[in-house]
Amino acid sequence: MTPSVSTSEQQSRYEVQKATWRTKVGLAEMLRGGVIMDVVNAEQARIAEEAGAVAVMALERVPADIRREGGVARMSDPRMIEEIMHAVTIPVMAKCRIGHFAEAMILEALGVDFIDESEVLTPADEEHHVNKHAFKTPFVCGARDLGEALRRIGEGAAMIRTKGEAGTGNIVEAVRHMRAIMKDIRRIHSAPEDELMAIAKQLQAPYDLVVEVHQTGRLPVPNFSAGGVATPADAALMMWLGAEAVFVGSGIFKSSDPERRARAIVDAVTYYRDPEVLAEISKGLGEAMPSLDVRKLAEEELMAVRGW
Amino acid sequence: MRVGVLALQGDFAEHLATLARLDVEATEVRKVGDLAQVDALIIPGGESTTIGKLMARYGLDEAIRARAAQGMPIYGTCAGMILLAKHIEGSDQPRLGLMDTTVRRNAFGRQIESFEADILFRPTPDCPIRGVFIRAPIVSQIGDGVDTLSELEGKIVAVQQGKLLATAFHPELTDDTRVHQYFLSLISGTL
Repeated sequence: MTPSVSTSEQQSRYEVQKATWRTKVGLAEMLRGGVIMDVVNAEQARIAEEAGAVAVMALERVPADIRREGGVARMSDPRMIEEIMHAVTIPVMAKCRIGHFAEAMILEALGVDFIDESEVLTPADEEHHVNKHAFKTPFVCGARDLGEALRRIGEGAAMIRTKGEAGTGNIVEAVRHMRAIMKDIRRIHSAPEDELMAIAKQLQAPYDLVVEVHQTGRLPVPNFSAGGVATPADAALMMWLGAEAVFVGSGIFKSSDPERRARAIVDAVTYYRDPEVLAEISKGLGEAMPSLDVRKLAEEELMAVRGW
Repeated sequence: MRVGVLALQGDFAEHLATLARLDVEATEVRKVGDLAQVDALIIPGGESTTIGKLMARYGLDEAIRARAAQGMPIYGTCAGMILLAKHIEGSDQPRLGLMDTTVRRNAFGRQIESFEADILFRPTPDCPIRGVFIRAPIVSQIGDGVDTLSELEGKIVAVQQGKLLATAFHPELTDDTRVHQYFLSLISGTL
């Protein structure tokens, strides 16, 4: 056996940097191929962890209830978030309102692992989003198209998710948003370099990020899906369309058998390319969450249009 | 030589990209049948509880243990280090339990404490490695057959036991391929 590295030698040589861009995006990368589940209490958080969730989103009301109850939806009670943080070992995320950097500061002080600047809550600023570079905690933001995604990354988001239409149990908007993002990525990737500035102007996106998409053919940060996933097949569909992981909001704990459905959706994200596995895990899951036709929602009821 | 990357969940794509840069044939392992096609296995970063449960549900835990018993080299990063360990402090989560180690999950704290640091990796002593630690574990105890390859502030963050290698950090998130090259050198010895 060779002797182990001496501690004194090491101390003279290492330089530590906390909360770098690489550690922020790195956590998003560690969540890939996984399912992030909305939970409203410690018991649900434990069920989610047991089913194989890679992370939980702690919030007082799932989107379906926010829709039904109306009123201003705000950041959740820090005590409830802390209870969930103590209940599980997997990462815990929590939501702040769009532009509400004071709520984000509170969430960072609590030590949550990811902050979701979310259109599901009532926006606090109708012009500006949070300057996410100013935080040590990584942020995830929703997007409906590539321009919106790149603006959020420009502000410091370390993960993007499609918005979909939360709380509806209807996958149609998530599909629309993912297709829009992937289509524009392909367009930019194949465009000649001298057209990139015009594309940046058209998308209202930062030029350097458009150049990066042109060079790599992918979003600069992991691209997840959210808003309307209710079944294992929905999750598999989003993975096929280019999602790297899936958020499930109301879809699990508003269904008739949350344990089984949660586990089935976890398996579906891993085995989305395997129809035989999908058929097996989709059997007898009971009732999915109550659903809504997005076309029948009034303009002011749409959450996806929040964000600028 | 073909290297498999366990692709149940986590940053398996980064490991595949690193192996591609090294011109090594690599493939995703999702089912028991995939395992027969590979000479070695990398267990990526991700959520150890999720990967462990999926391994158990689809019979990969038994299959990997059987291959390890025949001498297949395995390299685990972060979650992979946890899954390789025999003991996990305060947890009964599913694991492979192949290395005579005890690990402490989230040993540096929550995400806000995640960090990068230059660390010495004993097999490549000439120049430190940029270690990326994300909600990282440490090895709190090792058995007789286990060598320490890296330490940080006296905490063990890389270990080797025969053909089994584990790091608490993520070389696959950097451009530095030396840890992967070291793993490949363990494989060539077995072919």
